[in-house]
Amino acid sequence: MEFAELIKTPRVDNVVLHRPFYPPVEGTLCLTGHHLILSSRQDNTEELWLLHSNIDAIDKRFVGPLGTIIIKCKDFRIIQLDIPGMEECLNIASSIEALSTLDSITLMYPFFYRPMFEVIEDGWHSFLPEQEFELYSLAISEWRLSYVNKEFAVCPSYPPAVIVPKAVDDEALRKVATFRHGGRFPVLSYYHKKNGMVIMRSGQPLTGTNGRRCKEDEKLINATLRAGKRGYIIDTRPLNVAQQARAKGGGFEQEAHYPQWRRIHKSIERYHILQESLIKLVESCNDQTQNMDRWLSKLEASNWLTHIKEILTTACLAAQCLDREGASILVHGTEGTDSTLQVTSLAQIILEPRSRTIRGFEALIEREWLQAGHPFQQRCAQSAYCNSKQKWEAPVFLLFLDCVWQILRQFPCSFEFNENFLIMLFEHAYASQFGTFLGNNESERCKLKLQQKTMSLWSWVNRPSELSKFTNPLFEANNLVIWPSVAPQSLQLWEGIFLRWNRSSKYLDEAYEEMVNIIEYNKELQAKVNLLRRQLAELETEDGVQESP
Amino acid sequence: MEHIRTTKVEQVKLLDRFSTSNKSLTGTLYLTATHLLFIDAHQKETWILHHHIASVEKLALTTSGCPLVIQCKNFRTVHFIVPRERDCHDIYNSLLQLSKQAKYEDLYAFSYNPKQNDAERLRGWELIDLAEEYKRMGVPNSNWQLSDANRDYKICETYPRELYVPRIASKPIIVGSSKFRSKGRFPVLSYYHQSKEAAICRCSQPLSGFSARCLEDEHLLQAISKANPANRYMYVMDTRPRHRVQSWWATQKDIGRIIVRISSKIWNDEKIRESDEKKRLNAMANRAAGKGYENEDNYSNIRFQFVGIENIHVMRSSLQKLLEVNGTKGLSVNDFYSGLESSGWLRHIKAVMDAAIFLAKAIEAESASVLVHCSDGWDRTSQVCSLGSLLLDPYYRTIRGFMVLIEKDWISFGHKFSERCGHLDGDPKEVSPVFTQFLECVWHLTEQFPQAFEFNEAFLLQIHEHIHSCQFGNFIGNCQKEREELKLKEKTYSLWPFLLDDQKKYLNPLYGSQSQKSAVLEPNTVSFNFKFWRNMYHQFDRTLHPRQSVFNIIMNMNEQNKQLEKDIKDLESQIKQRKNKQTDGILSKELLNSVRPESPALKATLSLKEQALLPVNDVLRTIEGSSPADNRYSEYADEFSKAEPAVVSLEYGVARMTC
Repeated sequence: MEFAELIKTPRVDNVVLHRPFYPPVEGTLCLTGHHLILSSRQDNTEELWLLHSNIDAIDKRFVGPLGTIIIKCKDFRIIQLDIPGMEECLNIASSIEALSTLDSITLMYPFFYRPMFEVIEDGWHSFLPEQEFELYSLAISEWRLSYVNKEFAVCPSYPPAVIVPKAVDDEALRKVATFRHGGRFPVLSYYHKKNGMVIMRSGQPLTGTNGRRCKEDEKLINATLRAGKRGYIIDTRPLNVAQQARAKGGGFEQEAHYPQWRRIHKSIERYHILQESLIKLVESCNDQTQNMDRWLSKLEASNWLTHIKEILTTACLAAQCLDREGASILVHGTEGTDSTLQVTSLAQIILEPRSRTIRGFEALIEREWLQAGHPFQQRCAQSAYCNSKQKWEAPVFLLFLDCVWQILRQFPCSFEFNENFLIMLFEHAYASQFGTFLGNNESERCKLKLQQKTMSLWSWVNRPSELSKFTNPLFEANNLVIWPSVAPQSLQLWEGIFLRWNRSSKYLDEAYEEMVNIIEYNKELQAKVNLLRRQLAELETEDGVQESP
Repeated sequence: MEHIRTTKVEQVKLLDRFSTSNKSLTGTLYLTATHLLFIDAHQKETWILHHHIASVEKLALTTSGCPLVIQCKNFRTVHFIVPRERDCHDIYNSLLQLSKQAKYEDLYAFSYNPKQNDAERLRGWELIDLAEEYKRMGVPNSNWQLSDANRDYKICETYPRELYVPRIASKPIIVGSSKFRSKGRFPVLSYYHQSKEAAICRCSQPLSGFSARCLEDEHLLQAISKANPANRYMYVMDTRPRHRVQSWWATQKDIGRIIVRISSKIWNDEKIRESDEKKRLNAMANRAAGKGYENEDNYSNIRFQFVGIENIHVMRSSLQKLLEVNGTKGLSVNDFYSGLESSGWLRHIKAVMDAAIFLAKAIEAESASVLVHCSDGWDRTSQVCSLGSLLLDPYYRTIRGFMVLIEKDWISFGHKFSERCGHLDGDPKEVSPVFTQFLECVWHLTEQFPQAFEFNEAFLLQIHEHIHSCQFGNFIGNCQKEREELKLKEKTYSLWPFLLDDQKKYLNPLYGSQSQKSAVLEPNTVSFNFKFWRNMYHQFDRTLHPRQSVFNIIMNMNEQNKQLEKDIKDLESQIKQRKNKQTDGILSKELLNSVRPESPALKATLSLKEQALLPVNDVLRTIEGSSPADNRYSEYADEFSKAEPAVVSLEYGVARMTC
C-alpha cells in the first residue's frame, strides 16, 4: 500500500496534545493513511481523530530534543503536539504534510471509508432532478426537463438534466451554450409558485468586443416572460468589470438586443479577494491579545461582513424582483458558478419555505451548488492557513452558509435546522469521509464513480439519530417570505465558526440545553393537558349517557 | 402650561430614520404638559416624555414643511415634518422649555400620580432597606461598625448618613482623613465579603497640592487592612488613566514612601505602554522618596493598582460619536466598524469590566481588601465597586438584589444622577453616560453568562428609561442630602415597587443553573467578546432587530408552562371528582342531580383556558416585518414602477433605485 511509504514513523509514545480550554493530554500518536490519532489509552479520555485532509498547514519548532508540531485545520482549529525526539518529529511532520496534500482524489478517505451505521436511505438518490422537477410540474406548463447535456457535451459543469422553457428545443440550447461562458446556458433555478415568476441562472454572454449576439439566447430568456412583462438581469459584477470582460470574450447583455430586460449590476467579490478576507478574519479571531481598537480595525479590514452584506443585499434584491415586482430574473456573473449561486440559493431561502427545512435545504445544496457545478474541489482545497495559495481557492460556500446563518439569526423560528447543521456542512465541504463534496461538477463525479465507491453525506445525515442534533427546537413552519435586515448593526460575526476554538462555550451550551428543556417540557405539558381534557370529556359524556335514560 | 402655545398640529409627517426614500407616516401631533404624542393614521401612538428629550433641532424649511428632529436620551430619534413653519416654531420653542426644567419641583415625578395612597407610597420607598443589606453582608461585626460621624452630613455632604467603617477607626481619624480627601469622601465600606472577610471600600482622591502626610488617612487605610484578618496586604485601586494619575503623583511627593507595586496582571492590550509607564512611575516614586524602597516595611501592606477608565468628558463625547455613526443613513459595514472603533466606546466598556474583574479577583483569589477611588469617587468608583460586587455576589444578580446594588453604590453614595442625566437645565459638561456604561457592562455579563441573572435585558432597558424619565423620585437629585431636602419620599414615588409588580416581564427564563447562579463570575474580556448593544442604542429602530425573538418565545413558554402545570392539576382534580361522582352516582341518583349544575361551569372554564392558551401561541409566532404591509418593503413598490433604474442599492433591507 502506498500510504505506508509516506509513513516513516507510524507511532510515537509520550506525545502531549495541547488544545485551548482543555488540559494537555499525554498519549500515543498514531498515523494511518487518513487519520492522525492521539490516544491517552486511559478511560474517559476522548481520543483525537483528525482527518489528514482536514489539515490546512503545519508548523514545526524544536527546543532541544523536544519537537513541537502545530497543526492548523481547515475548520480553523489549531492544535499543538509535543513530540519527544527530533527524528520522530520530523518524520511525523513530513508524513502529515504528504498525507494532507494527496494529489489523487481516489486516494482520499471517502474511497476507503466503510460506514458503521445502517443506511436507511441512499443519499445519492435522495434528490434526483426528476423528483425536484415534479415538485414544480404541477404548476408549470411552460417548463420541461431537458437531457441535452446527457453526455456532459454541451456544458461540462451542468448536470445531465436541466430545466428549460418548453418553447425552446435542444438544438437551440446547443446554440445558446456556445454563446454563454462555459456553455452555461440559462436554466431554471427557482419557480415562484405565488406568481409564476422565475429565477434563471447562466454564465456571462460571450459578446466580446464586437458585440456578438445570439438570437436563440434572446429567444430563450424572452420565452420566460409573460406578455408585456419585463424582467431583470442581475449581473453580480460592477459595470466596469463586466465591460472589461468583453476584452476577454465575455460581456453582458446589451440593452438593444434585450429590450425587455433591465440590467442591474452589483459587486460581489470573487477568488483571492474572498480568500484574503477569510485569512485576515481568521487571523484576527485567533489573536487573543489584541486590544479593542485593533480588533475592531482588523475586523473591518478583513471586509468579511462587507461581503456578507453585499451578497445578502443582492439576494434580497433578487427576491424582491420576484415577490414584490412580479418580475422574472436572470442571474449571472462571469462563470456563473460562484456569486451567481450565492444569489440564487439565498433568494430561495428568503422566498421559499421549503428551503428552510432540513430536507429542502439539502435539496437546495444538491441542486444549486452540487448539480449547478460549484467547483468544490477547487474552492475548498485549502482554508485560511495555507501558505501556498492557488488561484482557485475561495470561501464562496462558507460565505453562503454565513449568510444563511445571518438570516437564521434574524428569523430563529423559521428554520427547521439549527446552527450546527450549517457548521456540519462547512466541515464536510472542506474535509469529509463522504463523497458528496468531492469533484467540481457532476461530470467529474460520474467519472469518479462516487455513487458506487463512496457514501453520500445525506445517507448519514438523514437518519433520525443524526437529525436530532441538527433540528431547531423552535421551528414552526412559516410560509411567509422572510426579509432580513442587511444593516451593519444587524449583521454579526458568526461566532459558532470563527470563535469556535477561541473561547469556551460552556455557559452558552448550558443555556441552550436549558432552552431545549423548556420547549420539551412545554410539549410534554401540552400533550398531558390534551389527554386529560379528553378523559374529562369522556367522563362527561359517560355521565350524560348515564343520566339520559 | 405657560410654555405650550400649540397643543395640536395635524397633517404632521413622521419619517423613518433609516429609510432611504422619504416614505413617512402622517398623523397628528399633540403636546401635553408631560408628553409629546404622535398618533398616526393607523391610530398607533408614539409617546415621548419631555424629560427624555436630549435635543430638539429645527432644520431648514423644505417644500413639504418644516423638519423637526428630536433626539431622546433613551436613544429614540424622531424626525417630524410639520406643514406650517409657525406651528413647528411653536412646538420647537415649547419643547426647548419643557425638556429643560429649571427647578426640581417641575419634574414629572412631582406631578406623577399612580393612584396610590400615602401608606402604599411609603411602603414603596421602604422596599429597599440598606441597613438590611449591610446586615445581609454580615456587618456590623467584630471588625466593622456603623459610624455616626456623618449622621448630620457634617463630614461629607454627598455620602449617606449611615456609613460603615473599621471598628478601630476612631472619629478623629475619620474626620482627619475626610479633610485629606476630595469632597470629604473618606474611605468607607461598600461591600463586605463574609466568607473571605475582605472588603470593598471606596473614597475620593487625596487632595492635590497637599505636601504633608496625612497620618489619619494612613491610619484609616491601615485600619481597613487590619479589619481583614485573612490577608496582610490590601489593594488601592486608582481607576483613572495613567496620564492623569501622573500629574496627581507629581503633587503627592510623600506618596513615594509607599512602595508602588503594579500588579503583574498587566492588561494585555496595553502591555507596551504600560511597561514604559511602570518604569516612569517607579522612577518618580523613588525620586520622591529619596531613598526608594527603604520604607517598604512600613507600607508593604498596600499595593497599588491602576486601571485606565477615562473621565466623564471622554465618555460623553465617545457616546456622542457612537450615536452619530449609528444614525447615518445607508451606513456601510466598514464605516460602522471604523466608527465603533474611533468612538472608543467598547474600549471604555472593556476598561470598566477589566477593573471590576481585578477587584473581584483580589477578593476571591487573594482574600485581599480593596480600596477603590477615582477623582471624586462617584463615577468610576461606583462603576467598579458595583460591578465587582455583582461578579462576587449572586444576590446582586437577582431582580431585588440589583435594585439594592443600585440604591447602595449609585444612589446612596452620591452618583450625581441629576447632573449626569441632565435632569435640569444645567451645565452640559456634567452630563455623562456613566450609569449607562454600568448597565452595558451588566448586559455583556448576561451575554456571557445567560443563566446567571434572574433578570433579563428588558429590565436593564427599563431602568435606563427611568434614570432619565424623572417619573419616579429615585434618581432625582445628586445625593441623599439633596433628596431629603426635596422631600422626595413624601412627594414622589419609588420606581422599584412598580418594577417588582411587573416582575414577570423582567424574568430571565433560563435563570437557575446552579453552576452559574451561585458562582463568582469570571468573564472573558478578550476584545471579541464585546459587541455593540443594538437593543439599547437602537431600541426604537425596529427594522434593525431580529423579527423573531427567541428570548420572548422562551419567556412566554415558561409562563405558559406554569399555567399548564396549573391546568393539569385542575383537570386531574376535576377528573377525580367526576370519577368519585360516577361511583357515588350509581349509589345515589339524587346526589348526582345535585352536582349536575357544575358541569356547564366546568365546560366554560375549560374553553376559557383553551382561549387563553391560543393567543400566547399567536404572540409567540407572529413574525414582525414579514407581512407584505411592512413599511420597509412596501415602500419601494412604487419606486420600481416609477422610472428606469440604472443602479439599485439595497440599504437596511430596502431596495431603492436611483435614476
